[in-house]
Amino acid sequence: MSAAVLRVRDVRLDRGDRRVLNGISLEVGRGELVAIMGPSGSGKTTLLRAITGLAPFDAGEIGIDDVTLSSGPAPPLTRRALCRKVGMVFQFHCLFEHLSALDNVCLAPVHAYHVPADDAERRARMLLRAFGVEHRAAALPRELSGGEAQRVAIARALAVDPPLLLMDEPTASLDSARRGELGQLMRGLIAEGRVLVMATHDEDFARAWATRLLRVEDGRLEGA
Amino acid sequence: MKRFVLVFAIAFRLWPAAVSAQSAELTWAGDAEGGAPFVEADPSHPDQVVGFDVDVAALIARGLGRTPRFVMISFASIDQSITRGDADIGLSGIEDTPARRATLAVTIPYYEFREVLAVRTADAGQLRTLADLRGRSVATLAGTIAYEILLKAERDHGLRAVSYEDDVHPYSDLLLGRVDAVLLDHVLAERRQRTMSGITIQPGTVATGHYVGVLAAGNAALRDRADGVLRTAMKDGSLERIFRTWKVWNDDQPRLYAKLIAGEIVPAVLDDRGADASAGTATLSGWEAAKRYFPSLVRASGVTLVLSCLSMALAVVLGVIIATGRVYGARPLRIALVGYVELMRGTPILLQLFVLYYGIAEAVRLPAFVAALAGLALNYAAYESEIYRSALEAVPPGQLEAGRTLGLSERQVLTLIRGPQAFRLALAPMTNDFVALLKDSSLVSVLTVLELTKQTQIFATNLGSWVVPGMLCAGLYLAMSLPLAAAARQLERRWKIA
Repeated sequence: MSAAVLRVRDVRLDRGDRRVLNGISLEVGRGELVAIMGPSGSGKTTLLRAITGLAPFDAGEIGIDDVTLSSGPAPPLTRRALCRKVGMVFQFHCLFEHLSALDNVCLAPVHAYHVPADDAERRARMLLRAFGVEHRAAALPRELSGGEAQRVAIARALAVDPPLLLMDEPTASLDSARRGELGQLMRGLIAEGRVLVMATHDEDFARAWATRLLRVEDGRLEGA
Repeated sequence: MKRFVLVFAIAFRLWPAAVSAQSAELTWAGDAEGGAPFVEADPSHPDQVVGFDVDVAALIARGLGRTPRFVMISFASIDQSITRGDADIGLSGIEDTPARRATLAVTIPYYEFREVLAVRTADAGQLRTLADLRGRSVATLAGTIAYEILLKAERDHGLRAVSYEDDVHPYSDLLLGRVDAVLLDHVLAERRQRTMSGITIQPGTVATGHYVGVLAAGNAALRDRADGVLRTAMKDGSLERIFRTWKVWNDDQPRLYAKLIAGEIVPAVLDDRGADASAGTATLSGWEAAKRYFPSLVRASGVTLVLSCLSMALAVVLGVIIATGRVYGARPLRIALVGYVELMRGTPILLQLFVLYYGIAEAVRLPAFVAALAGLALNYAAYESEIYRSALEAVPPGQLEAGRTLGLSERQVLTLIRGPQAFRLALAPMTNDFVALLKDSSLVSVLTVLELTKQTQIFATNLGSWVVPGMLCAGLYLAMSLPLAAAARQLERRWKIA
């Protein structure tokens, strides 16, 4: 077995007669922060969604740690195992609008993995503290700034301690000062041995913080 | 010039109608739904009406040198319609009551009837009088003398008065066992006895009343002329001929006519011993009447509130199930649910209530309150389900995907994320529906449930005016709906989704 945490092998995904991902292969190991760049519609986000199991693909294979995802819709058990391996931070954060920041982070551990509520809250507070938003624990998503919402979303994605974190356009709602802080935070995460893959338009940010840059063009990966 | 031509044209168009209304025609109001022998659509000419009231109207019109013209007015609204001027005179088995005498110009009575008790033939031996009906239900028409008698008997004999909107269903419910007796005019009772088997009319007279014509209070001159026509018809046998034709002539009538011809004043209502029992409410001031009726209106508000809250709760649960089925279910289930929603939204709630209570009574005999609750809940569930369905579909897909990537099952995504967010979106239209339901609950009075609007109608009929009852009723509805709307607004503010 390869040492890579994320292994993407020859993945193909068609949407109607359009080939969105055209034989993508990629391996990412611990301590790496990979930036996937490319114009809108090139397939960056689709690749991240395929890795999370949200977008079933037509051919190829994706492995994350010891979980292997084949083409077609993922069986429930595989999906469940996958969710413990990969956390996703969406472009618009997608925090649950009706829950406080703390409850957003606690929801999955308590309900999907039956972590005792006290333990889940302790870990959630630890994560929020680590990302500098513990003072916003009781706030609803609509009461958070863009930067705060993103940090809560990262905390939520890491609540069950997955080795791989995916981030879609992480700098989209941040000013330059906040981008620097985010870069530091991401570097801190890979220093802990996590794997980070981000899809971004922001070449400056990618060049400043990523350990490896890849480019998607018409569903193909270049520079891998 | 243009304006003059216009005014002239309008005046010219209205002129013939005005003239005919004042001189050539006698418009008379009746309810053809009341049926024979009063007023009913002629089976061979459905656009014409027949009945003894039709003949009495023709007789009065002839005596006044006018042509009778029938105006269809629902029975419960005839008094108000006459006051409004929709017709000259109301004739439809209208009872002489102190309230009518106080608020309208009432003719001399033209027919004397007896309030009689009808029971199932099997019970005829044991249920002879109102006193035998302790703890049992007795049906009648709302807003009638019989209803007033039953309200008094509730206090005196411990029976339960059940009010109906028509005079057919009291008897069909008697046979079904929903009620144990019916108190109504002997004319109505004998008519039902002829068409339904298993009904026995007890020989005793519970009270005696009279049918009269009603005219607007300001129309006393016409009333006096009508009285003259009636007295002449009593003397020359024309009235007797009419009532013999309709097979309702009996020995009570010549006695009544003799008194009237002699100029005697006949009391509106006589008790079982023939003494004047006209203790009415019309002599009360508005304030006194309000004080007397307020407790019963508050009790009826309680019925309205309990019924509305329970049926809304049920509608919400059913609505959630239907909406979930429509969003997540397989195609055959979705088609079936769409069918249900369209059936419930596309047919009148009144029809649904009738079917539930009367239509399926042979198979399932639902108690009135249960039928009302089920009818409102089943109807509103269809509307609620549409609100929830659109609210479920309005939750952004990103919220659902975020839940899935965290490892939540589809059921958990629904119950922990989509459902709660949809509920917040649905709250405002739901509140709107609840207020509508609160008012629609007045429809269940057709199933004999005595709620606020029906109680108000009874109050207004007894008082002969809608002003005080209407204001009290509106006040009570507002007292129920305003706090609800305020609470919903507060919840909406707290749960507002950015």
